[in-house]
Amino acid sequence: MPGLLDYLFLSGALFTIGLYGALTKRNIVVVLMCIEIMLNAVNIALVAFNNFTPTATPLAGQAFAVFIITVAAVEVAIGLALVIAIYRNRETVDLTKVDAMRW
Amino acid sequence: MVPVIAFWSLAVLTVGAAVMVVASRNVFHAALFLVASLSSVAGIYLLLNADFLAAVQLLLYVGAIAVMLIFGVMFTRDIVHQNVSNRWWHLALLPAGLLFALLAAAFGGTDWGVREPSTAPTAGPLGDVLFTTYLLPLEVASVLLLAAIIGAIVIAKER
Repeated sequence: MPGLLDYLFLSGALFTIGLYGALTKRNIVVVLMCIEIMLNAVNIALVAFNNFTPTATPLAGQAFAVFIITVAAVEVAIGLALVIAIYRNRETVDLTKVDAMRW
Repeated sequence: MVPVIAFWSLAVLTVGAAVMVVASRNVFHAALFLVASLSSVAGIYLLLNADFLAAVQLLLYVGAIAVMLIFGVMFTRDIVHQNVSNRWWHLALLPAGLLFALLAAAFGGTDWGVREPSTAPTAGPLGDVLFTTYLLPLEVASVLLLAAIIGAIVIAKER
């Protein structure tokens, strides 16, 4: 039977892959996808803890995961609205070209 | 035996699809690999006795968020560059590797107090706890969704 540690290592691996993608990818939409991978990793950890360890309120991990899914949907909606606005103004979604706020 | 096979095949599918999201050259393929990864995460939730959450994952993550991301890919087709890395990809391996080592050390070196999991259905109890203990975050989440709808329309509309 897979134990808590198996799910936690899966969560850690997914989070690391998402972090690497969010740091290195040039396309904005791919960065958004990698952020979704990271959020899913956290959700897996939360639900694993809820399943294997006692919690103060009965389904705290799963309720928290529901709220994370809600906030992820909101964030993707706003992020894609921003991407569309950027694409309309700059004709590109390359992050190395949309860096006017840096020095 | 069956849970072990199920867990390892789902885990390999999730991590492999996530790696392909980062590594594949074509942005549309990356979006499809994300759909595969999110769907197998729903399977992981079923293994963790989170039946309602697995359905919510398929409905919301795969059915709404991934579809929105595919819309985003279609609207912003970057013909020349597609899915490439920026010039710091060597440097980014260091914090990623360090983070994974730190997480592995923290996960392995802690006594989590594991108890026997319960296999009761979760839809009813989850509804109970969402509307009693977590009522305030629920209402705030609905206001957040309203703000996001209005904000997305305002940001993305034509001049």
